[in-house]
Amino acid sequence: MSAPTPKGVIVTPIFKNNPIALQILGICSALAVTSSLSVSLVMTLAVMFVTAFSSMFVSLIRNHIPSSIRIIVQMTIIASLVIVVDQILKAYAYEMSKQLSVFVGLIITNCIVMGRAEGFAMTNTPGLSFLDGLGNGLGYGFILMTVGFFRELLGSGSLFGVTILQTVQNGGWYVPNGLLLLPPSAFFIIGLIIWAIRAMNPEQIESNEFVMKANTEPKEAV
Amino acid sequence: MAQGNNSIKKVLTVAFALCLVCSIIVSTAAVALRSKQELNQELDRKTNILAVADLYQPGMSVQDEFSRAVTPRVVELETGEYTDAVDPSTFDGFEAAKDPAQSRTLSGERDIAGISRQEQYSTVYLVGDVENPEQIILPIRGQGLWGLMRGYLSIQGDGNTINGITFYSHSETPGLGGEVDNPRWKAKWEGKEAYESADATDPTIALVKGGASEPTEVDALSGATLTSRGVTNLVQFWLGQEGFAPYLARFRSGGEGGDAAQASTDDAASTSDASEGA
Repeated sequence: MSAPTPKGVIVTPIFKNNPIALQILGICSALAVTSSLSVSLVMTLAVMFVTAFSSMFVSLIRNHIPSSIRIIVQMTIIASLVIVVDQILKAYAYEMSKQLSVFVGLIITNCIVMGRAEGFAMTNTPGLSFLDGLGNGLGYGFILMTVGFFRELLGSGSLFGVTILQTVQNGGWYVPNGLLLLPPSAFFIIGLIIWAIRAMNPEQIESNEFVMKANTEPKEAV
Repeated sequence: MAQGNNSIKKVLTVAFALCLVCSIIVSTAAVALRSKQELNQELDRKTNILAVADLYQPGMSVQDEFSRAVTPRVVELETGEYTDAVDPSTFDGFEAAKDPAQSRTLSGERDIAGISRQEQYSTVYLVGDVENPEQIILPIRGQGLWGLMRGYLSIQGDGNTINGITFYSHSETPGLGGEVDNPRWKAKWEGKEAYESADATDPTIALVKGGASEPTEVDALSGATLTSRGVTNLVQFWLGQEGFAPYLARFRSGGEGGDAAQASTDDAASTSDASEGA
């Protein structure tokens, strides 16, 4: 890898090296919190905050972290930041924190945060690590907002809670797609996004690890 | 990475320093924000109560309106009488239900709402005059399809006509059972009657499929049979003998006067004594 540049570390995680679409990290929360756009937005901001600052703090003390306990050190920093975010949300955005419920706490186990701390911040300067965290948060947020857009529009007929398609439950014409309100639907949307991104950037397509054999003809048992 | 980083002394120093710094940050955040968080929870509860009473408008001062319009009182469920044993402003029935000293276990036939423990006392919220309220707001809860649904039911001063219902916490399927949140569905409860006749003690209000025609019927949620059954069960439970029926009896006999008062027997006599005392 060539030396990272400030612009590079912010922009590449959005399309070229997206944490969800290419690295397939952080899928769990992407399924759970994307049924409405406003919740996705708050989750994005929370993850951006945590990734950026945890990378920065890990990078600040990277020369003093003993390698034998480095994962625990990173986890402690991440967990502390997540608790602070959770407390702030409970105090200033109570409604939002009720909807996000456990998923703010689960940012601790979000592989993106951990991955950036271990993979980037341990070997780069604090400023660059901060931007890298921010960029990965953005990449995560990009997928979250796209998924949230489709799920909220087609599942509840609204965007950011503002009605766009009047649903039949509210006396309109639009029959909402119930599947899109359920977490598994995010799999389909993320799958389609990955397909679209790889169609644009063919270099992301992995080579086949194995070749499947042709089907054998079924034979009658003798 | 420097070689010396892995010495035991360095490991312990880093670990200790890190824990110290992180714990200071975390506890500062927790302590500094606690009062604001508690205020939020209280506001949330009060907003839900005002919403079910149809007194809530966005942007209003919830605290002022609540203290102006609503009087919380604690009721002993078994007798239906007000009690001063606990403070209404701090008492939490949901918490009390977890405490064996303040609750009882329910099982089988008696536990149609599926709550397994029921508190001895419960907080009711009265809108208007305390002795002759316009609305009586009761806390309700019970099992839906996926989990416990918690909400409030508002009854008019006659102790029979339903004013509104709201669920502030549930885990039903979004788009199907989750429609218990839908204002259009909740509006269907207005004006429904909990009991079939003035002297009935068992509530007949129920969710029915395919169009509600009676005053004691509400349209079920489409595509959510089990959630609808849960709502029926929990409303019937809390309005029944195990729930608030003994308490509501005082309003039902008092409001109509005449025949109804004669019809309900011992309950009415004992509760009217209590209301004079209170």
